[in-house]
Amino acid sequence: MVNPMTDKRLRAALLAAPLVIFVAVTFLAPLALMLVRSVYEPAVADSLPATLNALAEWDGRDLPSEETFRIAGTEFVALNEVRALGSVATRVNRLQSGMRSTLLGTARRLGNDPPAGSWRDAMIDGDEDWAEVSTWLAIRRAGERITPRYYLNALDLDRGAAGEIVAQPEDRRIYVSLLWRTFLISATITAISLALAYPVAWLLAHARPARAGMLLLLVLVPFWTSLLVRTTSWIVLLQNQGVINDLLVVLGIIADEQRLSLIYNMTGTIIAMVHVLLPFMILPLYSIMRTIPPRHMQAAASLGASFWQSFRRVYWPQSLPGVAAGSLLVFIMSIGFYITPALVGGRTGQLISSMIAYHMEQSLNWGLAAALGAILLLLVVLLYLVYNRLVGVDRMRLG
Amino acid sequence: MRNISLLSSLLLAAFSATAAAQTLTLVSWGGSYGRSVERAWVEPFIEETGIEVQIEDYNGGLAQIRAQVESGNVFWDVVDMPTPDAVRGCDEGLLEFVPVEELPPAPDGTPAAEDYPPGSRSDCAGGGIASATIVAYNDELFPGAKPSTLEDYFDLDKFPGRRGMRRVPVVNLEFALIADGVPLDDVYRTLGTDEGIARAFAKLDTIKDQIVFWEAGAQPPQMLADQEVVMTTAYNGRVFNAQILENQPFTIIWDGQVQEASGLVIPLGTPRLDIARQFIEFASSAQSLAAISKYISYSPTRYSGNALVSTHEDTGIEMAPHMPAAEQNMRRALHSDWVWWADNRDEMNERFAVWLTR
Repeated sequence: MVNPMTDKRLRAALLAAPLVIFVAVTFLAPLALMLVRSVYEPAVADSLPATLNALAEWDGRDLPSEETFRIAGTEFVALNEVRALGSVATRVNRLQSGMRSTLLGTARRLGNDPPAGSWRDAMIDGDEDWAEVSTWLAIRRAGERITPRYYLNALDLDRGAAGEIVAQPEDRRIYVSLLWRTFLISATITAISLALAYPVAWLLAHARPARAGMLLLLVLVPFWTSLLVRTTSWIVLLQNQGVINDLLVVLGIIADEQRLSLIYNMTGTIIAMVHVLLPFMILPLYSIMRTIPPRHMQAAASLGASFWQSFRRVYWPQSLPGVAAGSLLVFIMSIGFYITPALVGGRTGQLISSMIAYHMEQSLNWGLAAALGAILLLLVVLLYLVYNRLVGVDRMRLG
Repeated sequence: MRNISLLSSLLLAAFSATAAAQTLTLVSWGGSYGRSVERAWVEPFIEETGIEVQIEDYNGGLAQIRAQVESGNVFWDVVDMPTPDAVRGCDEGLLEFVPVEELPPAPDGTPAAEDYPPGSRSDCAGGGIASATIVAYNDELFPGAKPSTLEDYFDLDKFPGRRGMRRVPVVNLEFALIADGVPLDDVYRTLGTDEGIARAFAKLDTIKDQIVFWEAGAQPPQMLADQEVVMTTAYNGRVFNAQILENQPFTIIWDGQVQEASGLVIPLGTPRLDIARQFIEFASSAQSLAAISKYISYSPTRYSGNALVSTHEDTGIEMAPHMPAAEQNMRRALHSDWVWWADNRDEMNERFAVWLTR
């Protein structure tokens, strides 16, 4: 005899299973993999075990011993013969530019002409970089399996000669300021969206049903239109020789040579993203406002409150969960937005996502891309916790 | 009736499977250069061998090839690639070796090994086309004095207006230093120091507000034609085609040109290695390389190919004076140092990205 409660639970578990598996495979597993990649870098350690072993006992101040030179040189040559030195060289090159050709050139020279006497002299004769302590330090550091360097890199930090944490030189700092800019642009977009969406949601919630349906359609049609189409339409409208500038010139508001730069900068990113994200603000607001009985406002009025007073003390507090839900949604979507800033952001309107994409696709520094992604993820989680503290997730309505 | 249609669709599927196995995917740069590749190499190759060729476009870089090779799913068979990338890809084991002995000899029998200029070819590349990045301007926008030197590109006082620039540090850092007065022989030595890099970016800073960036080689002629910019960096062949085929009023400033070479490479592990090698062998002959010069002003790197450069296929124009290597165009010309770029590309890209966001 099966317990009916267990049976019910089993059925519920089975019904939810496909979704749980789907989420695990397509979301949790890649997420975990990304987090692992941001700290775990085994390629160099796996390729140069003997060299790293020899360097482990080295003091890091004077040049390594003749023995270490021999072990390293032999290992470089062996790796180069199976064409595996290149990927090692690329990784060491990230810590010190120029190491790519130092490693490959040395391996080629030593392979063609193995030194009869001292490996140390032969390697330094071939490339003076081997006489620098920093060269060996770079190899040793590239060989760390578990490394904080991608996170340091993502925060514009680096490690000094003795392993202490130092700031990157000024002309190489980029990620922190880009993160700030991402936050600033996202906050601006959220504020503008809220200001535009609140009156619209009010109209939607309190208009007669037929008219409300019409209005809702006007909100939803752009929502259903392809993101790419909407973004490229903004290019047509905003560009230098575009519709808006042409109109302003024809109307005599600006002169032909004063055309406004509305696109390929931060302004373009903000305008296009507000338009794209506006429905995500309107819909939660609308769903909350619909539940606010009109009688509350009437009651406040009958008790002598002015419209402004009753709005501020009766309506606004009741609409707050919608405001919070919409703002959170728009803000979180903004900080990870990629395609719109990429198309209309030009130089000054790029968000952190552009650098993540760059490291994923161009420089192939996936560890750094993973670290940047993890930092973004952490910020979103923090934001969520703050929100939960202030508003309470159970009060949030998303439509 | 149903059985027949089933049978025919099965046959069709089987047929398209064999056809797919025989289709070579060639990846090049699109636009007017892509059309030259199609007419000079692809069409004669199909005619000679009967092998289907599908052409795809890309904008350079090793990223897609690395993704294909590392995932074991290689669908690009031959890629038209600048030498620095080919050298790097070869070192990293992403590309098949292309032994020079397998490349066809010159028409007079000279082996290919002696027919390429020393150091112009990666061990993984065949083919060999030389091109240049130059500055070009739209004549109509300069009714009075015309720009004539690389310095003029950086001179907003003398020649106001927006500038087009490729969104990469390659070539632009060289341009900046040359225009800042660094002698050609010292350009890469200067870039090797922190002060030199700072100097290059400081020079770029002077025109930063006026720069419109481009990514694909087909963009700059379009930007000039739309008058979105008054001057732009561009690949010389693209500007040539706009001048000759579309009668655009563009002028090339040869002063300070930076020359680069490119070759044909094979991503490691393509299932169509045989036909990929066959294509490279076909495209690497002196005649095939010279055929490119009939459609666009890029020249063969092989000595014997260079000797065969003749006239433009459609207009009959003598091509030699339009080549980057023509004597009157070479008064101030820099050869891109591919070893330096292979070593420093990641760091320069990063610095360039920092510069862009400021």
